[in-house]
Amino acid sequence: MPLAEKFDKKIEAADLPKKTKDQLHKFLDDKEITDSQFRLILERVLKEYLSTRIEACEAVGVIAAQSIGEPGTQMTMRTFHYAGVAEINVTLGLPRLIEIMDARKEPSTPTMTVYLEEEFCNDRDRAREVSWQIEAAPLHEFGDITTDMENMHVIVHLNTKVCDKRKIAPAEIMETAPRKIRDRRHYRDFEHDVNEETATIIFSPKNKESYQNLFQLAEHVRNVIVQGIDDILRVVVRKETGEYILYTEGSNIKDVFDVVGVDTTRTRTNNISEIASVLGIEAARNAIIHEAVSTLNEQGILVDVRHIMLVSDMMCMEGEVKQIGRHGIAGEKESVLSRAAFEVTVNHLLDAAVANEVDELSGVTENVIVGQPIQLGTGDVKLIAVRQHDN
Amino acid sequence: MSTKLNVLKHVMVPDHKIMSEEEVSALLSHYNITTEQLPKIFHDDPAVKTIGANVDDVIRIVRMSHTAGRAEAYRLVIKRPKK
Repeated sequence: MPLAEKFDKKIEAADLPKKTKDQLHKFLDDKEITDSQFRLILERVLKEYLSTRIEACEAVGVIAAQSIGEPGTQMTMRTFHYAGVAEINVTLGLPRLIEIMDARKEPSTPTMTVYLEEEFCNDRDRAREVSWQIEAAPLHEFGDITTDMENMHVIVHLNTKVCDKRKIAPAEIMETAPRKIRDRRHYRDFEHDVNEETATIIFSPKNKESYQNLFQLAEHVRNVIVQGIDDILRVVVRKETGEYILYTEGSNIKDVFDVVGVDTTRTRTNNISEIASVLGIEAARNAIIHEAVSTLNEQGILVDVRHIMLVSDMMCMEGEVKQIGRHGIAGEKESVLSRAAFEVTVNHLLDAAVANEVDELSGVTENVIVGQPIQLGTGDVKLIAVRQHDN
Repeated sequence: MSTKLNVLKHVMVPDHKIMSEEEVSALLSHYNITTEQLPKIFHDDPAVKTIGANVDDVIRIVRMSHTAGRAEAYRLVIKRPKK
């Protein structure tokens, strides 16, 4: 029997988090209870909830620091892990955790998990098609490249079969190859000539005096990326939980989102600054939580998410991802003494003296330094005795 | 080319909504704070651009919380400081 409507409304109106309400609903759903029993249950739940809430003036930051720091000492110093069985290497363990907290612009092993749209995710061949659009493929994979030393030419014969298989028109390659050598590789001292019918491109250096130029040109021609996204070195297609997912080595979420067939609602990267710029600060906050939790859990360390959420909230407070440390959160504190207590003490004190800075002594650290009661726990409460007038 | 990316549809992006003036003043008086004390969000943040908020607007963000199931957060839109 579903829960009576009057109980429903009372649960909804109660000052409880959604998760607790849902659990209460689920628990009471098929039970027969009277009005007074229900009142008692709700009362107890509310009481229990209030008693588990963090108390005012609790030093949550210190608790979070200890709760992440202590298990952190047990993490492996240097681990590399192959994501799943796919041979993609990702940094994990302590180095990765440091990377997240330092808000590095680029992780040491950027990688993406690309989900595919419905029409693509169930078919291996179609998933492979999407992967061709993403994986950076150099020109030498599409045909034979020969260096003609007599006439000072680099000749590319495109293999039309390979082009067909990879779903790219030879004409497109003939257009992109010279352009990319100029724009991406910044090598401009050459001329080129295309022959559409035989699918050949002939490159010749402007300076025909030296063979060095020719070989340099040949190197550029061989390695120019003509298909896919330049930053993504490798793509692995894997079937997981009933659908095909692409794992990539290298990350560029902005360009991957433009590829047809990519599910732009689920695809993610481990590059947090990229997420912040493409999806916004709130997505970056979620990404920090997700990355930190999965790094810790992978090592078999269970840290309560609340601590990580606090860290992540602090990092994303000012609208951009700030690192924990003297260039980020700790370096932007109001108090001079608090900053000086953290790192590079002398510099902070000197700069503060030059700038005629005043310390309001409103925080914790600075009051510990000067030996005053701190505003935490019982230190924050002021008691005033009101005399009772008995008549 | 696929259709233009809608960042709000991404699983990692929570719901962003511009708050009305009454809502903002109710929020500020409830916590006894000024808008300056709220967390910030830059005016060129992709989510802010999508909902079309302007500088000095307050945005209500409804997050899927790991602990509470649903949590509200607020951010003040500010101009991105020049480097």
